[in-house]
Amino acid sequence: MKLNLRVWRQQHPETPGAMVTYEVDGISRDMSFLEMLDTLNEDLILRGEEPVAFDHDCREGICGACSLVINGDAHGPERTTACQLHMRSFRDGDTIDVEPWRAAAFPVVRDLVVDRSAFDRIIQAGGYVTVATGSAPEAHATAVPKADADRAFEHAECIGCGACVAACPNGSAMLFTSAKVNHLGALPQGSPERETRVLDMVAQMDAEGFGGCTLTGECATACPKGIPLPSIAAMNKEWLRANRTVRR
Amino acid sequence: MNTRPDYSHYRTGDPIADTKAPDGPVAERWDRRRFEAGLVNPANRRGRTVIVVGTGLAGGSAGATLAEQGYRVVQFCYSDSPRRAHSIAAQGGINAAKNYRNDGDSVHRLFYDTVKGGDFRARESNVHRLAQVSVEIIDQCVAQGVPFAREYGGLLDTRSFGGVQVSRTFYARGQTGQQLLLGAYQALSRQIAAGNVEMHARTEMLDLITVDGRARGIVARDLVTGEVSTHFADAVVLATGGYGNVFYLSTNAMNSNATAVWRAHRRGAYFANPCFTQIHPTCIPRTGDHQSKLTLMSESLRNDGRIWVPKAKGDTRPAHEIPEAERDYYLERIYPAFGNLVPRDIASRAAKNVCDEGRGVGPGGQGVYLDFADAIRRLGREKVAEKYGNLFEMYERITAEDPYEVPMRIYPAVHYTMGGLWVDYDLQTTVPGLFAIGEANFSDHGANRLGASALMQGLADGYFVLPATVNDYLARNPHPEPVDAGHPEAAAAVRETRERIDRLLAADGDRTPDSFHREIGELMWEYCGMARTEAGLRKALARIPALREEFWQRVRVPGTGAQLNQTLEKANRVVDYLELAELMCLDALHREESCGGHFREESQTPDGEAARRDDAFSYAAAWEFTAPGAAPVLHREDLVFEYVHPTQRSYA
Repeated sequence: MKLNLRVWRQQHPETPGAMVTYEVDGISRDMSFLEMLDTLNEDLILRGEEPVAFDHDCREGICGACSLVINGDAHGPERTTACQLHMRSFRDGDTIDVEPWRAAAFPVVRDLVVDRSAFDRIIQAGGYVTVATGSAPEAHATAVPKADADRAFEHAECIGCGACVAACPNGSAMLFTSAKVNHLGALPQGSPERETRVLDMVAQMDAEGFGGCTLTGECATACPKGIPLPSIAAMNKEWLRANRTVRR
Repeated sequence: MNTRPDYSHYRTGDPIADTKAPDGPVAERWDRRRFEAGLVNPANRRGRTVIVVGTGLAGGSAGATLAEQGYRVVQFCYSDSPRRAHSIAAQGGINAAKNYRNDGDSVHRLFYDTVKGGDFRARESNVHRLAQVSVEIIDQCVAQGVPFAREYGGLLDTRSFGGVQVSRTFYARGQTGQQLLLGAYQALSRQIAAGNVEMHARTEMLDLITVDGRARGIVARDLVTGEVSTHFADAVVLATGGYGNVFYLSTNAMNSNATAVWRAHRRGAYFANPCFTQIHPTCIPRTGDHQSKLTLMSESLRNDGRIWVPKAKGDTRPAHEIPEAERDYYLERIYPAFGNLVPRDIASRAAKNVCDEGRGVGPGGQGVYLDFADAIRRLGREKVAEKYGNLFEMYERITAEDPYEVPMRIYPAVHYTMGGLWVDYDLQTTVPGLFAIGEANFSDHGANRLGASALMQGLADGYFVLPATVNDYLARNPHPEPVDAGHPEAAAAVRETRERIDRLLAADGDRTPDSFHREIGELMWEYCGMARTEAGLRKALARIPALREEFWQRVRVPGTGAQLNQTLEKANRVVDYLELAELMCLDALHREESCGGHFREESQTPDGEAARRDDAFSYAAAWEFTAPGAAPVLHREDLVFEYVHPTQRSYA
């Protein structure tokens, strides 16, 4: 396959960026999207040009590092991460736009690489259970109804990639934050801190400059792990409840 | 770096011994060690700093726990967030001797299975401790909110895994590694928020700083600004994972690398059993030269899939056109008793053999069929989907082939490295104050790792073992001399790091770093992969120094060192692969026996099985670095088996 790529190039966070056009040839349908970018980069290095920077690591759809907006969609046309997207989803001669996540709270580091440390700070604000190593009771001391365990798991699947933010017209991190709130809130182990957790995490989310939620639902459509949209409603409910019953 | 002709003419130095494990009954050693270990007064801990490099299961759990204990922790990871380390990709589960099933499991049985599974090349004291600690891991993770699979009664579910006869593997669907890592990451996040951990993401360790023979700090590079900086501490912990990416293609994450352990090795830490690598039989084959990494398919598929290749060489007919009589179900033929369920190393080697004969299938003939047609006929499509549906989907997403209609194609791939930095019972390397945990050390898996044991070891080391033993080290070394960037050893390490970076940027060649990585990977796969011979290893040992020279002459790294430069990062890692590869080949050459993942063709039984030679090789090989490209020194740690007596395996 022969493709026209229009790739966002930006040297530094402060310098303006632009779309730059590249032609790539000899692309196999079996390549992953990132392997196609590898091919472009190998060419660029040999031509003495700087390759396109992009985040990636596991290439199995689980680490959450890859973060490309492809033809306007976070992670591209299939419901998976960019690393699991294959070139057979495109046609010979296609023009493909490749951009970084676009959100005020995710400043561009270089080219397609953005800074997602805001997500870490949201987790640091309360996305954990306070239990020091060694202080845990026997695992079977508390039975967890299977339905609750399954609900916790469904939300725990979030890989922290940020596609939800990139897809949202408001750049909101509600789906990411709600995934963690609902994961821990569904379990008895997470219950003692559920009020402070949701209040502190939402406050941190707002402080990081993420936009508000207007329930457009783009986040859940883009999410490669299928975190459901009602997750946000559940967090809103949890937040209202916490405001009434806060224990601190 | 002229190395020929004598890299393989290594010297044998003094034997090495673990001096930390107490003697006495194996079941009491860990309790005794903990009791005898020194303690640091809680009030004095804030003044003691520990550097932790890496934030996978081992590093994340260690950093969080040390910070909870009151130490000041300075932690590093190359990713943009400590949540992304390669532990996240582990699918299967984590072993623990809880015996919730009442199926005869016990700490002793897990200990026994692990020593035997490691083909009698691991240290009994360490393995027993691992089995003991395993039960606490599950308690800790459940308390953190790790959503393990549960039964309808609300209690934890378990499943069985290869090589054992009990059901002791706890799991969270196919994402156990992810869920355990997020548990450790969240514990670490709590300590970051509390100001107890100073976290440096997107920062890579490039050298170790030793002062008066002790580990006192690291040289690190900020991958975004390019700034090379020094960090100092009372002790340094490496939790930087394995070195499987030496092979270029492996199931490891793209950025997993050997730089931290290799730089530590160059600064005096012995490297043990580097040739012990695990090759997993069921991975999706490569599709072409563009392939950047390989994806594992769960081993459980071999329960119902039948493995075959055409009987005739070069048979290019599609699978469904090859009649039954012209198929060779070679595992069932060679190993009638175990059939498709032979252990990982045997299944891998058999696949390589049939492909080498020219009977492989798929692009390049590097694949064998894993056929579910019989299973679908026997069980029905629905039942098969219920058991393996998500794996079939994953396979189809990657290959665009429907495994319900055409047989899967699989091929072995490098998956895990059992070797690593030599550590004593305290997980301390031969450099005082330098500790290595998780896959970065060599200690618990011998020559072959059992499924669901990597997660167990990473968390055992990080949550429970290291925090106790680091305590002891700090208590016994209470007032180290202060060091700063002006110290000659620190300045020298920084200078060497800068020179290396400058040299990479200055080399204006005509090859990419990746092309060298690919070349060393292919060489290693060919000669130091699934089957090894003296002639092949000597060939590789002759080629590697030349490749290293060519690298420095022909590599090209565009851009500068003053900002994010992923080509520079890659080139820097390839430099270390080109040295580590040589040690792996030497270790494989010197170990003239077959054991676990190490198969020497010269050492096999008449029916082609691995022949271990306990008379000559019942030891861990710890290699001491001498000079770049020069022969290392071998130190043997004799292995003593008081509880699990070595036997030869047979599956025919």
